[in-house]
Amino acid sequence: MDLDLDEHARAFRAEVRDWLAEHVPGTPLPSFDTAEGFARHREWEALLADARLSAVAWPEEYGGRDASLLEWVLFEEEYYAAGAPGRVNQNGLFMLAPTLFSHGTAEQRRRVLPPMARGEQVWAQAWSEPDAGSDIAALRSTATRTDGGWLLSGQKTWSSRAAFADRAFGLFRSDPDSERHRGLTYVMVDLRAEGVRVRPIAQLDGEPGFAEIFLDEVYVPDADVIGEPGDGWRVAMTTANNERGLSLRSPGRFLAAAARLVDLWRREEAADPALAGRVADAWIGARAYQLYTYGTVTRLAEGAELGPESSVNKLFWSQLDVALHETALDLLGPSAELRGPWLDGWLFALAGPIYGGTDQIQRNTVAERLLGLPRGPR
Amino acid sequence: MRFALSAEQRQFAESLTGLLSAADVATVARRWAGGEHEPGLKLWRRLAEVGVTALAVPEHRDGLGAGAVELVVAFERLGYHGVPGPWTDTAAALPALLDDELLAGVAAGETLASLRWDPHVPHALDADVADTRIAVDGTDLRVFTPGRSLSGVDGSRRLFEAVPGDVIASCPDPGRAFDQAALATAAQLLGAGRWLLDRSVDYARQRVQYGRTIGEFQAVKHLLADVATRLELAGPLVYGAAVALDAGGDVPRDVSAARVAAADAAYLAARTGLQVHGAIGYTAEHPLGLWLAKVRALTGTWGTQAFHRSRVLTALRAGSVR
Repeated sequence: MDLDLDEHARAFRAEVRDWLAEHVPGTPLPSFDTAEGFARHREWEALLADARLSAVAWPEEYGGRDASLLEWVLFEEEYYAAGAPGRVNQNGLFMLAPTLFSHGTAEQRRRVLPPMARGEQVWAQAWSEPDAGSDIAALRSTATRTDGGWLLSGQKTWSSRAAFADRAFGLFRSDPDSERHRGLTYVMVDLRAEGVRVRPIAQLDGEPGFAEIFLDEVYVPDADVIGEPGDGWRVAMTTANNERGLSLRSPGRFLAAAARLVDLWRREEAADPALAGRVADAWIGARAYQLYTYGTVTRLAEGAELGPESSVNKLFWSQLDVALHETALDLLGPSAELRGPWLDGWLFALAGPIYGGTDQIQRNTVAERLLGLPRGPR
Repeated sequence: MRFALSAEQRQFAESLTGLLSAADVATVARRWAGGEHEPGLKLWRRLAEVGVTALAVPEHRDGLGAGAVELVVAFERLGYHGVPGPWTDTAAALPALLDDELLAGVAAGETLASLRWDPHVPHALDADVADTRIAVDGTDLRVFTPGRSLSGVDGSRRLFEAVPGDVIASCPDPGRAFDQAALATAAQLLGAGRWLLDRSVDYARQRVQYGRTIGEFQAVKHLLADVATRLELAGPLVYGAAVALDAGGDVPRDVSAARVAAADAAYLAARTGLQVHGAIGYTAEHPLGLWLAKVRALTGTWGTQAFHRSRVLTALRAGSVR
């Protein structure tokens, strides 16, 4: 049992650290949920891709560098420690790409991944519907067979990044007689296609981080179906585990936030000493998540698969993120209400217990699939 | 990096599980609480035979000179099964406190030690049964005489006042001994928390109310899921601190972080376990109370939560953040 890095990992980490020190913008980019910020973040993704740093764990042929899972975790630690811009294409990089690696065709990977890595195609997710939130299997948007493809109709909502994104992926009911998890198909769709209407929705911070997507007989070719038609639920579970598990919110993000919280605590000498314990707990939580992840990476490297423990992950980081930012705001005292990175971070953290399966859904998963408690009514 | 137990370490844990599962430890602990030491000493010797008391003793004192990871593996199992006795004092702290021939007796399972360590351990554990009694006073090691016996929440932790006497030796750096004891306490808390979770899950699967097992109710599920999450995340901190002890790192910071998280998780497991069991868990007839009491007792010994949080903060203030 050790926490040592081999020479390759150390060299990789040093390269990433140096590159970021040289390239991370001195002033933060505007929010990627504004038109200007979105464009600036797209340019940043292209810069990352030029250094083959936008998707380090991918195979080289798609723009990655075949980094190990551990090296990807190290990349993330360096990335957030450097205060680098948020990943505007995170839906694509961390949800769609793993799904394509598991269930896509070689043609799909060749066509979709390189422009994703360069930020030329930014992806939105299209899961939720007005009547299908936590209960995603209640979705009603349809995919109807047509010559050489499918016609999509219906409404998706709470679609992150859809206001400015190029394409979206999600589940559609392809068998009109099916119910629940059966008869669903996983589809990629062009948000500029005929029949698509996108209505941006302002989030708590006032920026359109969400959108509704209205689809009226939007044509998608067979080539844009991932996995077999009707098998979409199983395909989507890969995405769900990735979102909840390792890839969407890696420890680097929380370690960096905890380090900034420690800095804030050291500066705010007038703050209530009673807050010190919460600063300690925030750092301890981030460190715990880092070490837990190193354990997960070890297990995955030895052939295990990410299962219900991805719900343990999500439950932990979503609550850690809220507590950490609440502590920062309490340290800031009466200035906490002013616009600034901690207020923005707190608003962002508040979404964590909701997206990617609410904390309540995660607790059901942990209780039933990890602890073996009986399934009951929802 | 390979942050997981080796096959040998897993095997060691499994052998301890096998030994302790067959030992009816709850009865041993109850008799120990009543001052009847023989079954507990017999169990002590059996654990010594498989190496538990020799782990931290150096090889030139007939010990195994094993690492802190092995120590954590053993103490987690001791905590899970609620094994009584001055294990932390004898097998975790003492071997790092002095290099003396009495360690050969520790390794062999013949010597039991009881420590007083101001201000963290003011009351000496099992000082009546221990044959080596040491009060740590800065860098001075003094003998102590057991005084009045004290009644505590965990009856199997028999506590005594300790009256320090002459200096018998000195320990220039007692920090390692303290950290090994604090880490062993964290490991016991982790184990006790896991026992509480396992028994609570068992109970929720068989207890029927309103015509269904209570484990079907989300109100119960969500309580237990939170316990599982906290324990899952405390474990890596405990093992990470062991790696820091073995291979270098910010030891005080990492040991204290582990202790804070393990104690909080174990206490949540205890409170939740009692709530899930309901009235039966509140009786002295049910074993749940033994573990509940042990968790509360261990949370205050070898450093309080406030002490350990302050050690983490001291490291962070000094810039030891990564």
